[in-house]
Amino acid sequence: MTEAGTPTPARRRRQEPLIPDGPVRASAHVCMAAGCLSMQADTVFDSLCERVTARGLTDVAVKRVGCLGLCAAGPLVAVPEKGRIYDHVAAGDEAALDGVVDGLAGGEGGRPTATDPFFSHQVKVVLEHCGRIDPERVEDYVAVGGYESLTKAVTTMSPAEVLGEVTRSGIRGRGGAGYPTGLKWTTVAKTDSPHGKYVVCNGDEGDPGAFMDRSVLESSPQQVLEGMAIAGYAVGANQGYVYVRAEYPLAVKRLTTAIRQAEHAGLLGPRIADTSFGFDVEIRIGAGAFVCGEETALIASIEGGRGTPRPRPPYPAASGLWGKPTLINNVETLASIPAIIGRGAEWYSAIGSGKSLGTKVFALAGAVVNTGLIEVPLGLTLREIVFDIGGGLPGGGKFKAVQTGGPSGGCMPESLLDMSVDYESLAQAGSIMGSGGMIVMDQGTCMVDVAKFFMDFCREESCGKCVPCRVGTTQMYRLLDRITRGLASRDELAELESLAGMVRDTSLCGLGQGSPNPVFSTLRYFRDEYMAHIDDRVCPAGVCKMEPREAAVAAGEGGR
Amino acid sequence: MTVAADAPPASPPRDDKRWRQVDVRIRRLGARPDALIEVLHTVQEVFGYLDDDALSYVSEALGVPPSRVLGVATFYSHFVRKPQGEHTCVVCMGTACYINGAGAILNRIHDTLGIDAGGTTPDGRISLLRARCLGACSMAPAVVVDDEVHGRISPDGVQQMLEAL
Repeated sequence: MTEAGTPTPARRRRQEPLIPDGPVRASAHVCMAAGCLSMQADTVFDSLCERVTARGLTDVAVKRVGCLGLCAAGPLVAVPEKGRIYDHVAAGDEAALDGVVDGLAGGEGGRPTATDPFFSHQVKVVLEHCGRIDPERVEDYVAVGGYESLTKAVTTMSPAEVLGEVTRSGIRGRGGAGYPTGLKWTTVAKTDSPHGKYVVCNGDEGDPGAFMDRSVLESSPQQVLEGMAIAGYAVGANQGYVYVRAEYPLAVKRLTTAIRQAEHAGLLGPRIADTSFGFDVEIRIGAGAFVCGEETALIASIEGGRGTPRPRPPYPAASGLWGKPTLINNVETLASIPAIIGRGAEWYSAIGSGKSLGTKVFALAGAVVNTGLIEVPLGLTLREIVFDIGGGLPGGGKFKAVQTGGPSGGCMPESLLDMSVDYESLAQAGSIMGSGGMIVMDQGTCMVDVAKFFMDFCREESCGKCVPCRVGTTQMYRLLDRITRGLASRDELAELESLAGMVRDTSLCGLGQGSPNPVFSTLRYFRDEYMAHIDDRVCPAGVCKMEPREAAVAAGEGGR
Repeated sequence: MTVAADAPPASPPRDDKRWRQVDVRIRRLGARPDALIEVLHTVQEVFGYLDDDALSYVSEALGVPPSRVLGVATFYSHFVRKPQGEHTCVVCMGTACYINGAGAILNRIHDTLGIDAGGTTPDGRISLLRARCLGACSMAPAVVVDDEVHGRISPDGVQQMLEAL
């Protein structure tokens, strides 16, 4: 948000990337995603350019790229020709900067990515180009095969063949619910609409603790646009909208640049690849309402209104944006499409396990050494993700739980660490895949407090349209608050459980229906912590401050 | 208040050149009613907040009833209806930030500046806001001071930063 009257600092002239005319011996990829950028990665980029020029390394490239994944150790610089990544290359750290330039010139140094479990356990489909291309240069994306899948689809495949390919790939919606993408596309394709259809990319990534979509939009925006255009061809739509959160200004900026460049290069717009198919994309910026991730609320918001959901059916596939059939897919789902069309459904469905095929991007955060962005085949165990890729807990901390699915998800305890991470297993364990936030918690985290945190979130983000969600989340929050203050009785716990069931069963949309999940899952695995708060008036993690019951009685609050 | 299709173009509420920026944006968006959120974004970027006059003007310019403009302006948490301080400090309250001590940061700001989230210091220097999640989870806890993200920051660090403003 720009403040009125606040002078903006004079813009520095933007340093152009160094790209040699001849063969490239080595290239430095400087991460420019939000995390590294907040640690002055732009200054690091300038310094590396200066140093490479000063040393006369004419066969070395220095370029800006998107997220390199290991956000915990930024600013990051990768040298892909050597398979190495340099971490903590802080602006002004002469030794670190010289280390990278030495590496470019032929020296050793940095972390070899092939043997580092953080990198070697990952399989990159969605993030294939993240950290390899400059997100603000369409020619970079084209150079790695970008837009070939779109050209292949519109020139050699019928829309039905594209639908078949996506269906056979087995990909399911990556926004949380896991609805089969092929089925969704087919429904929209089958609906006749003489006055047009729409493709909407849902980039309203509101789950606290999730930053996958942000990283994809900031690192490889063209890939998302290509996926949207392929979807448009398959379902018969010529107009797309990307709905992005206002909290992600960098993603908005890069997406705006990407659309302009793609249109200029003839990759989007009328007559794509000299066919009669045309596709345009516009950006819509959210304004800070979590509920807009729900598809009918998102449609209301794109139409310029309050983002409140409506009952379904009709589903957006039949009647969506301006009453027209509308395909709504998450950023990650759409970013997977170019690879599926390019390499085929069989290639994609060979990754993953059971009914959960392909890869999933997770944002690993909380009490874990390697916080950052990872992409793994579905079906890995939680232990492999948290301990092998994530590097375990920092400072010898002891694992307590891992939270997935944000405010509609749940907390899984140590006993479930060997569980496979797929849609069915997570649902069985009382959580959901969600959009991909994964937060590791150590023994210093109080699970009742975590449940209260998510309830506070749902209470504030409830749009207020339906009573169970509006009133229910407020009452559940009140009960959880009393438990964390040591004021609640066992009766109140029973009241919380029954209320949670009612809100789950009767709310209008996913926000309300999912809001009791953190309560259910913490009660299922950490009931003893609730009992300690209620019976012994102790917070085992030492987070909650117990209040004397007498004071509560005096204030007229106790004595239920 | 509804505006007939042939009504004369609405005139801005104040003689302020900054309205030109808003008008350009409205024209570029074709003055369509569904451009309401985009236009409110522009007004807030230009003026810092949305006051009643601005809402009436937007209502007239887009042909959207004032009730609906007010409804949208108050539904979305990004829109603010009061002038903000000279500097803004946004404390991220996402899950990762929360379990890494965002609460202690808010408490410290409360203790030193005497303001809570949503408040502005009496001298109009600093506004404090809470964010749901900035997506900067790998650097938790995160604080944004005047559009610049600061990761892994302590209550002491935030205090020093705000005192240096």
